[in-house]
Amino acid sequence: MTYTPDEMMAVTASRSLRDGMTCFVGIGLPSEAANLARAVHAPNLVLIYESGTIGAKPTELPLSIGDGILAETADAVVSVPEIFNYWLQPGRIDVGFLGAAQLDRYGNINTTVIGDCYDHPAVRLPGAGGAPEIAAACKEVIVVLRQSRRTFARRVEFVTSVGYGDGPGSRTRLGLPGGGPRQVITDLGVLRPDPDTLELVLAEIYPGVTVAQVRESTGWDLQVSPDLTQARPPADAELAALRALRATVPADPGPGGPAGGASG
Amino acid sequence: MAEIVTLAEAIAAAVHDGDTVAMEGFTHLIPHAAGHEVIRQRRRELTVIRMTPDIIYDQLIGAGCARKLIFSWAGNPGVGSLHRFRDAVEHGWPGALELEEHSHAGMANRYQAGASGLPFAVLRGYRGTSLGAHTSGVAEISCPFTGEVLTAVSALRPDVAVVHAQQADRHGNVQFWGITGVQKEAVLAASRSVVTVEEIVDSLEPKPGGVVLPAWTVNYVAAVPGGAHPSYALGYSVRDNGFYLAWDEISRDREKFSAWLSEHVYGQAAVDGVR
Repeated sequence: MTYTPDEMMAVTASRSLRDGMTCFVGIGLPSEAANLARAVHAPNLVLIYESGTIGAKPTELPLSIGDGILAETADAVVSVPEIFNYWLQPGRIDVGFLGAAQLDRYGNINTTVIGDCYDHPAVRLPGAGGAPEIAAACKEVIVVLRQSRRTFARRVEFVTSVGYGDGPGSRTRLGLPGGGPRQVITDLGVLRPDPDTLELVLAEIYPGVTVAQVRESTGWDLQVSPDLTQARPPADAELAALRALRATVPADPGPGGPAGGASG
Repeated sequence: MAEIVTLAEAIAAAVHDGDTVAMEGFTHLIPHAAGHEVIRQRRRELTVIRMTPDIIYDQLIGAGCARKLIFSWAGNPGVGSLHRFRDAVEHGWPGALELEEHSHAGMANRYQAGASGLPFAVLRGYRGTSLGAHTSGVAEISCPFTGEVLTAVSALRPDVAVVHAQQADRHGNVQFWGITGVQKEAVLAASRSVVTVEEIVDSLEPKPGGVVLPAWTVNYVAAVPGGAHPSYALGYSVRDNGFYLAWDEISRDREKFSAWLSEHVYGQAAVDGVR
């Protein structure tokens, strides 16, 4: 079957989740990929949404993190203070699955403002939502976003959620208990932190995409991992499951869609 | 003790110009009808608090009711931007909007501190982000037992909290269930409260995961069936996702928004409550 770069991104993101993991899910691309994983290879993936729904098993893709289907299919529904204080903060959750508007080479995320001046931003984005504490506390973080020079910036103008801060040692100094961003999954490939510098490097590339093309779509001098691999194209079953899920949404918000952290 | 009144009476009695108002409901049970009544009664200079100021506050901001917004995520869930909010922040229309922004965890803890009668709450959060440099109510604090550096966030103490629930009984005891968000904390943190409900019943049947607000914690109860629309009330209605998508187009343009407001808010008689 032929497929689009967005479908390749969703399938690759879904493969990053293992069966039985607990996953704190942001809305939009992360929610789509997490539900795809549950449909295809990870039936026991525990989906946790910041609305307080723990173990949600939606049969259709929710438009928001608080659609009724999440509460009706959850193992437990808890209050918002409880989901953040009792469930997220102690580091119980395996993976935080986030979207972003802009990200830098250390995986720091901006979902607040574009432009140098906070008080007079060129673009006002939705803000933090649950993302800062998800990025701080989950054992690992996976970020899903489309790659371009605009979204992959050398420096983010506002740090909404911390990745590796300004490099090695930052997270420890800041007292951030979680492991930070282990993968950034885009519509061109997968970036992972270099083990020594923690700078994001190209680790996987999609079929038909060139390294030059990925570098051209990155706002910093993107390095390539010595172990660069090519990602497997989507299997027919993965594509069929993804398309069936997408057919349950009222309309695809598309590239101009949600730019927030975990919220919505 | 809760008085059962009409929505217009509740808003007139509880919400005044210049008040700090928290309208909560996390995607579920958003008190949209009450928000419309605040717009209809032309309240001004409000400080409005809400974790996710989605369509309900886009409308209040665009209608010119708000002077300041305290929040943690301002978007149209699953759809994109809040255009009236952005127009206010980026272009000052219809007036300047002061922002005080936090994370969800910070806001939830601020409400919890308010409900607990404490001046602040403590969490692991904000460190390394740019949030602290641009907002008030965040400070570092050392644990008196271990010395660990943590984050303190100041309590929220709204003048009035406005929420929507599934049911109240004739005494004004309130019950809501499903995604219960931060409404209990908002009501207990506030000096006054207004609760709109889908229906008033003879007696409340306990629901799994249900939250009960005893009548003596609530000031005004008004029956407003469908009062959460386009949000929803589990067991009574489903989220009108189509309206959230349509709002993107309605709100993008000042004139289109103003026309919508005239027809659907100012042009509607106040919703009659059932006494």
